[in-house]
Amino acid sequence: MNDVRHDPLITTLQTLADLTGVSGDETKVRRAIKPLVENHVDTLRVDALGNLITYKRGTAENPLRVLVTAHMDEVGFMVTGHTGEGGLRVAAVGSIPERLLPGTHVWVGQEPLAGVIGLQAIHRLHGESFPQAAPIEDLVVDIGAKNKEEAQEAAPLGTVITFATRCREMGAVLTGKAFDDRAGCAILVALLQGERLPCDLYGVFTVQEEVGLRGARVAAYAVEPDVGFVLEGTLVDDLPKHEKDVSPTTELGKGPAITVMDRSYITPPRLLSHVLKTAAVESIPCQLKQPGISGTEAGGIHPARGGVPAITIAVPCRYIHSPRAVLHPNDLANTLRLVRASIARLTPETLAFT
Amino acid sequence: METTFNLLKTFTEAPGPVGREHTIREIVAEHWTPLVDEIHTDALGSLIALRHGSGPPPRPSLMAAAHIDEIGLIVTGIENNFLRVQPLGGMDRRILLGLEVTVHGQRPLPGIIGSRPPHVLSAAERRKVAAWDEVFVDTGLAADELTALVTVGDSITVDRELVALKNGLAAGKALDNRASVLAVTLALDILRSRNHTWDFYAVATAQEEVGVKGAITSAYSLAPHIAIALDVTFGKQHDDDGAGTFDLGQGPTIAMGPNFHPQVVERLIAAANAEEIPYQPEPVAGGSGTDAWGIQVAREGIPTGLIEIPLRYMHQPVETASLRDIERAGRLLAGFVTRLEADFRPHWEDEL
Repeated sequence: MNDVRHDPLITTLQTLADLTGVSGDETKVRRAIKPLVENHVDTLRVDALGNLITYKRGTAENPLRVLVTAHMDEVGFMVTGHTGEGGLRVAAVGSIPERLLPGTHVWVGQEPLAGVIGLQAIHRLHGESFPQAAPIEDLVVDIGAKNKEEAQEAAPLGTVITFATRCREMGAVLTGKAFDDRAGCAILVALLQGERLPCDLYGVFTVQEEVGLRGARVAAYAVEPDVGFVLEGTLVDDLPKHEKDVSPTTELGKGPAITVMDRSYITPPRLLSHVLKTAAVESIPCQLKQPGISGTEAGGIHPARGGVPAITIAVPCRYIHSPRAVLHPNDLANTLRLVRASIARLTPETLAFT
Repeated sequence: METTFNLLKTFTEAPGPVGREHTIREIVAEHWTPLVDEIHTDALGSLIALRHGSGPPPRPSLMAAAHIDEIGLIVTGIENNFLRVQPLGGMDRRILLGLEVTVHGQRPLPGIIGSRPPHVLSAAERRKVAAWDEVFVDTGLAADELTALVTVGDSITVDRELVALKNGLAAGKALDNRASVLAVTLALDILRSRNHTWDFYAVATAQEEVGVKGAITSAYSLAPHIAIALDVTFGKQHDDDGAGTFDLGQGPTIAMGPNFHPQVVERLIAAANAEEIPYQPEPVAGGSGTDAWGIQVAREGIPTGLIEIPLRYMHQPVETASLRDIERAGRLLAGFVTRLEADFRPHWEDEL
């Protein structure tokens, strides 16, 4: 592995992953990204939903308009009520399995305030079995408040909550929260910081992916691109299992995962073969993601206006949507290489149906 | 002394899995050595420290016991790039998925307990508490390196930072029972400036979580005239009906029941009243599940008492206690020791 402390891509990821940016409250992430890119782009603005839209002029004569998105938001929680004893009732923002919540430390709000999620002590269950995790309605976040009033003051309704997880090295990999999709954000930052490309580059850091691809949809309308690239952190499912012949979906360390089809869209064949050919020519390892699983912003981009060819290129991550994900730094670097080379090699012919 | 929070942070964040308590033991020894006259480690790994009393020899002795071991996991196999594990002590498997841990291999290795992504699970699977054969530790190392650094039988502890909550509460791992180890430490510090005629043994016991082993053996070795165990008890939390739980921040509990000698209980209460320390009476109908249960029947029997610190979410990595309760438990222990007259011995009214 590279010396991660000196790799700007990883430094950016670490900075961004530790911030709280639950869907609908991405301000902190946006504010951290802005200074990283503003001296490297020609214009930048924030739209009505909170997307950060940057524009970097191309060097070609009639440049293609290329949209590249990475979403700033992460899954998390929102305060929905307060108990008489000072606990916080919460709802999940985005998809987080309930069985992951007990025993976690969380950050409440943007200050943030420390909180914990605990259960009745196992000693007091008197041998009761527990095949099912407690539903989220039965859990509270404990911030140590004495009563309802103190809890309401410290964490009013609507306050967002994330897992209290700091990004760090672990063996040959990196672990942290929100790699889905701060990994994509870190790559997009690096792409914008790099040399000018022939095409006009619209780098958009989007909001509200985890609640329905909302930011990408309006960004694609506004930018009106010729093609869209989506940078993601996607799932790896490689724990040993009882069932045989279960696909790991993608594999860690085997290069960027390219989507052929997911629940939200189908990649146009010419765009798919362009990216695969680029990987082969540039000797960049890559893999195809198992089709049919999860959704990405390409699903919000491809139906924009009259239609936009779009493709998702993702960093494989173990344990996404959990308190702590895992990614391989080589996958991060190779995803940047592949998306950059794929954009550099684009021509109008690449995108045309024949 | 450092602040109670910082001391608790040092004590709870250090690893001390059952039967492999050396790291936490060394840290506790460092803190105790300046406060005591003698200190040593016994055959099972309990740390035994002695402060001489001021009375004429041979002096009676009081033993204060707080266990230093913590629950964890033990490696039972290596499969691909992952470790298979089983519980070490009463580990609660409802809290395992996504947990950060330290694998105590050839060197300490950071790890996390993996979980399958929700995208590939059915609604029922997402709610299922993982069975032990679905629990795997990921160290980020490939199989060959993992095999070189980790062997079956290595222990694993939770890796969790202590955090401050509102109202002087602190949350983290292993407050069971480092909170009590800290209370004993605070008592030792107090006793530097207060007279006690009895010898005072502070014992950080090993292997409590697998059957109070360190308490049994150290009580035999020391043969104290009185023993006080310190442990944690169930704190009141949002999801209980209140019975058998104790408020955080309202003082430690003083336990009463067959495990405890009535005169020891009486004197603990008297010390609390004299020192103006709030306490909560805790009825324990049978076995206390603490070091006190083992100590009471050491040798020909030892008059025993128990001070407990209310704790929420016991055996979970978010154990939560009040810093003031920890301090009060330390003051109560010190207040109890200083009030033991040279000729006092617990006895029954009808004793011959």
